[in-house]
Amino acid sequence: MAIKVVRRPTLTLWEKTYLPQILRGLRITSGHFFRNLFLHTAHVFGRFKDVPASVTIQYPEQQRGLMSRFRSRHRLMSREDDTPRCVGCMLCETICPAKCITIVPDEHPNPTVEKYPVSFDINLGMCVYCGYCVEVCPEDAIRMDTGILDVASYSRDGMKLDIHQLLDPGLRKPIATCNLDFPHKCGVSGGEMKGSWNGSEGRS
Amino acid sequence: MPSLTIDGREVSVPDGTTVIQAAEQLGIFIPRYCYHPALSVAGNCRICLVEIEKSPKLQIACNTFVNEGMVVHTGSEEVESGRRMVLEFLLANHPLDCPVCDQSGECDLQNFYMNFGLYNPRFREHKVKKQKAVQVGPHVMLDQERCILCSRCVRFTDEITETGEFGIFNRGNRAELGVYPGTELDNPYSGNVVDICPVGALTEREFRFQARVWYLSSASTVCNGCSRGCNIDMHYVLDRPHLNQGKRVMRVKPRYHGDVNEWWLCDEGRFGFGWLDEGRLEAVRGPTEDASWEHALNVIAKLMQEKRVGVIASTQLTNEELFLIREIFPDARVTASVPERPGSSDDFLIKPDKTPNTRGAALLGLAGPNAPDAEDIVDEAIAKKLDVLWIMGHDLVDLFGAEKARELSESVELLVFSGTNESPTAELAHWVLPTASYVEKDGTFVNCDGRVQRIGQAFPPLADSREDWRVLLDLARLAGPSLEWSSPAEVFRELSEAEGAFANMSYETISDQGALIPSAKPTEAAS
Repeated sequence: MAIKVVRRPTLTLWEKTYLPQILRGLRITSGHFFRNLFLHTAHVFGRFKDVPASVTIQYPEQQRGLMSRFRSRHRLMSREDDTPRCVGCMLCETICPAKCITIVPDEHPNPTVEKYPVSFDINLGMCVYCGYCVEVCPEDAIRMDTGILDVASYSRDGMKLDIHQLLDPGLRKPIATCNLDFPHKCGVSGGEMKGSWNGSEGRS
Repeated sequence: MPSLTIDGREVSVPDGTTVIQAAEQLGIFIPRYCYHPALSVAGNCRICLVEIEKSPKLQIACNTFVNEGMVVHTGSEEVESGRRMVLEFLLANHPLDCPVCDQSGECDLQNFYMNFGLYNPRFREHKVKKQKAVQVGPHVMLDQERCILCSRCVRFTDEITETGEFGIFNRGNRAELGVYPGTELDNPYSGNVVDICPVGALTEREFRFQARVWYLSSASTVCNGCSRGCNIDMHYVLDRPHLNQGKRVMRVKPRYHGDVNEWWLCDEGRFGFGWLDEGRLEAVRGPTEDASWEHALNVIAKLMQEKRVGVIASTQLTNEELFLIREIFPDARVTASVPERPGSSDDFLIKPDKTPNTRGAALLGLAGPNAPDAEDIVDEAIAKKLDVLWIMGHDLVDLFGAEKARELSESVELLVFSGTNESPTAELAHWVLPTASYVEKDGTFVNCDGRVQRIGQAFPPLADSREDWRVLLDLARLAGPSLEWSSPAEVFRELSEAEGAFANMSYETISDQGALIPSAKPTEAAS
């Protein structure tokens, strides 16, 4: 391995005199300030419209748009009957380099669907946002297009998303009621299987 | 002995050998679906096509007999294109539900398609829909769409179990596999059809959707379900506790051994592994709350030097452990001869003796006609002729009744129970020592035919349980002049020097095929 020696730049005598350099810095800052002050005022009066001036985005009230291929927080897609598209094949769990996806699959009452996830958890504290889970999914059941970037929590548990939050990205913890209409392992009702297919054998 | 050339290499094989067998001798693998060495040749899947010189068309290797001077090519372009077309037909009605199919990852249809598949399929017709998730028996699930009609399972039930449940019904592209009306695939070897099914048409109901096969780790061991000692692979998952409610062992598959179980395994052994993860003893229990291994072993070591000791060992223990018991308790009343009720048996694999090492215990003098009977030892203990009684894994309540077991726990000074699982006897014992199951420790069993077979350690013991040999060695260290051994391999070396039946054996010579003891013939003890 070749070693490249980087020399630190040494200050010249002029630079060592200190005060002139401070003034030079102030000149740059105030130059930008007065330029923007002038241009924004001119823009108000309809002049120099084609010369752009610096703008501060008022985050979080204002937010910049995201590129369409940007990878944000995950969501699970649903079928028309609001059950998850996921068939529990566990390819995302397999491909996940951070091992942050855990799926518990079970037999679906409809033999043509065969398999569905009883629980589907993503630990965002471990996720590296690589997007492999989206790429590998054969059912287009998981996407990373919610646009949610501000994933933050006061506890490690809060970083763990369960199937409720993944199916409905609007949900925030704590989730008060579970209204998923398929048997699944539900943290809300204490790990019980909640919901039922209610004689809906034929639907898929 | 005709000699032929396969892929430029010459081989001489006996008359009546097929090309696929001759190639196997050279280590050349020819793809196959319907061909299975244990079954008759059906020749219907056509994937084993090979090119034979001077033959006008491609021939199937499984049903072509070798001839003198035959020249066979198994990997030529013509062969590959033939196989590609065969696969195209096999996949004409095969649903592409690999993501939800339990077989994917170990599916021959997937594997061979990777090698010579037509990645741009030409079929545009609709696939024929058939029934999915048909429960053909207590252990087996059938998916008719996935079946490629190789008829291996049909031949298995016709030729091996001779029960004939399976048949192929209808014709053409509507042909489908099924069980005959009014019957169920419930013979004692039904799980084997899952192993021989090259695709995902037949899957285990117990394993269904529990894990993807690529999560499984495999360890070769020997079934402890009966004295046959079938060679098995234990498939387990340690790093994904959310699967299968945290159980480690996922399934058991037979491992080929020509002299023991061939390719097969009975359902009792295949599905009887639940106890490895359910109802296990996890911590030492004693008279005080803060019971620990050190405390327990000190108490036992102190008493066993001063008092009269009885040990009811078990034929579930390995030869090494039984040998250690014999060495450590030279003056004690020791036996492994326990009157267990004989279980089901047949003339194929299943033996009535449901413990794996009765023959080994008999060779070590702990079972058989010369060994004391467990019931006598219990009676002696009740009559206060023994002060300390150590029971290894047996449930005395089941064997001799609750009354006698309670009487025993009251009359002896110290009742020790060591074992893998909770049992009513553990409730009565003064000290309960959790020990490792057979997949969690190293050692050897001797099967009913006198074959010494090694059970390797698949994964570490559960929670605070310890291997029996470790417990015994620790105890020996506390009780007296220390034994120099520190592993089952070293104990076995001593054992082979001490016992003529095991002479000249070591873990290296046993290897994965086992070694027959010199006087290998069935004894009374094995039945």
